[in-house]
Amino acid sequence: MKSLYLVLKYLAILLWSSFVALPFLWALTTSFKTSNGVTGGATYIPWLQYEPSLEGWKVLVRTGGQGINIVAPFISSAIVTLSASLISMVLGTLAAYGLSRFSYRLGFVKNSDITFFFIAQRIMPPIVLAIPFFLMLQFLGLLDTIPGLILVYVALLLPIATWVMVDFFNNVPPQIDEMALIDGCNPIGAFVRVILPNSLPGIMVGGLFCVMFGWNDFFFAFTLTFTKTQLLPVAVVALNSSVTPWWSLSASALVSVAPLVIIAFVVERFLSSGNMAGAIR
Amino acid sequence: MALILEHIDIRVDDIAFLDDVSLTFKRGGLYTVLGRTLAGKTTLLRAIAGLQQPQKGTLTLNGKDYLHLPVWKRRVAMVYQQFINYPHLTVLANVAFPLRRAGVPAEEAKRRAMEVLDMVGLADFETRRPSALSGGQQQRVALARALVKRAEILLLDEPLVNLDYKLREQLREEFQNIFEGQDDAIVVYTTTEPAEAIQLGHELIIMDKGAVIQKGKPLAVFNAPATIRCAKIINDPPINIFDGAIENGAIQLQGSVLLPIPPHLAHLPQGTYCFGLRTSDLSLGGVIGSKVELSEISGSQTILHLSADIGAFILFEDGVSQHAIGSTVQVNLDSDRIYAFSPRGDLIAAPAITEN
Repeated sequence: MKSLYLVLKYLAILLWSSFVALPFLWALTTSFKTSNGVTGGATYIPWLQYEPSLEGWKVLVRTGGQGINIVAPFISSAIVTLSASLISMVLGTLAAYGLSRFSYRLGFVKNSDITFFFIAQRIMPPIVLAIPFFLMLQFLGLLDTIPGLILVYVALLLPIATWVMVDFFNNVPPQIDEMALIDGCNPIGAFVRVILPNSLPGIMVGGLFCVMFGWNDFFFAFTLTFTKTQLLPVAVVALNSSVTPWWSLSASALVSVAPLVIIAFVVERFLSSGNMAGAIR
Repeated sequence: MALILEHIDIRVDDIAFLDDVSLTFKRGGLYTVLGRTLAGKTTLLRAIAGLQQPQKGTLTLNGKDYLHLPVWKRRVAMVYQQFINYPHLTVLANVAFPLRRAGVPAEEAKRRAMEVLDMVGLADFETRRPSALSGGQQQRVALARALVKRAEILLLDEPLVNLDYKLREQLREEFQNIFEGQDDAIVVYTTTEPAEAIQLGHELIIMDKGAVIQKGKPLAVFNAPATIRCAKIINDPPINIFDGAIENGAIQLQGSVLLPIPPHLAHLPQGTYCFGLRTSDLSLGGVIGSKVELSEISGSQTILHLSADIGAFILFEDGVSQHAIGSTVQVNLDSDRIYAFSPRGDLIAAPAITEN
């Protein structure tokens, strides 16, 4: 009975793992193929089943007629995503700490309403925001620029950052803050010396959410840029001309997924190591 | 040199947490605040620490205003009933933390922290994180962090309540030694347990519903509680109260139970009274038939919850014995140990103090 359970368990894990991993394997093999290798049915073993080629990868760094250079979009995407995430997390963490620890009241508007107001911005479909964002950036002269995109992404990421951090701070016992005050910290000192170091897991999760959303967003990257500035998701889609170049599409897909995979692995370690155990009982 | 609270009021949503509290704490004194949960003990400590601002009243230390001094500028230390430590710091760093904030150089802070850790018996644990310690050890770390500062005011809010029985006994004894060494500090210790309050404190303060209802030397308060409320709080289980009267040369309880008037009540005029008798001053083998409502065994004693014509009451029986619920036992009341309270609840006469 127990061994049957084990077999079923591992079968389920295997099934799920293949759902997750096989598309990557497919993309990896495809990225080393040429048009001959792609059209000849499903093949997986290089040299035996198909002749491997670096053509798909070379397209990504080549400029001019036969290539689309994704190096510049990659760097732009990295700058926009990291700046916007950093700004959002700094502002969001501060806002969240305030919302978690102090009571605000403006008429009938209370803390929970403010928190909901933050997350409510993420409830409406993004397309509603496209035209206002476009007009605002146009007014500021920031259309098709990296600072303009950073601004837009901060507006999009800040609610996520705040929301994640409010939830996290609500789970950090306020007695810790009080203890820090009693131990001689002023409120800012208590936040920096005690609350922040103990909030690393929350900051990591919030940061991961921000980076994931910013890095993967296609819609705003597409609607708010024309020619000067291009972000990675748009560049990847732009590869797709009259003939679909499956090999370079696969290669670019792997390139755009790789940073997130690495970040997720790093963050995962933080999540399992840090927690509030030992703070209070 | 004293911390003086005058007419302190703290209300939250119209509920009085502290109700016109006036107290004087002298340097070198060890004060135990005894009260049930929600009596306002924690709020009192939080007000002294500056974590909660009173709506009314004044707070001065050595004649200077203390009320408007921010928490981090007050030289207070506090131990909560939950064991609060900084999870991201090692035990040593936890204890050194307040010293470092006070500008003590790293080396000296470390040395002093080690001294205190040694005192609370955690000398070998300085490199661990609090999460890798047992509950009792975590509370010792919190205690060490409070002691290391040599604060002017040391506040302990039911520090033993979350520990198991054995640890509690052990730490309570250690507390006595530790507090003896705090000559230039004011120590305020809150508890719900009468035994703890009497054993530890030089001065006892009884609180109920946000108000101070009696203060004085612990044994004096124990022997002569000012009111029925005080008597109930300082006795565990609470003292038994019987309605009755002194008439025709005898104490008359309900159900026509008559007791002889003991010498210490001889001077009382006739009239209605509330009589108080500690659970340990009732015994089995008398003449008052009582029904067993509940029988529980606590350590080497049996606690009987009984009901009779004189009312419902609790009896402490030495030794472990079985009583079926619903069965009848005969109870004797030790009239020499009876307290007399007025119907309003004020103490009128207490039995003579017996040495034991």
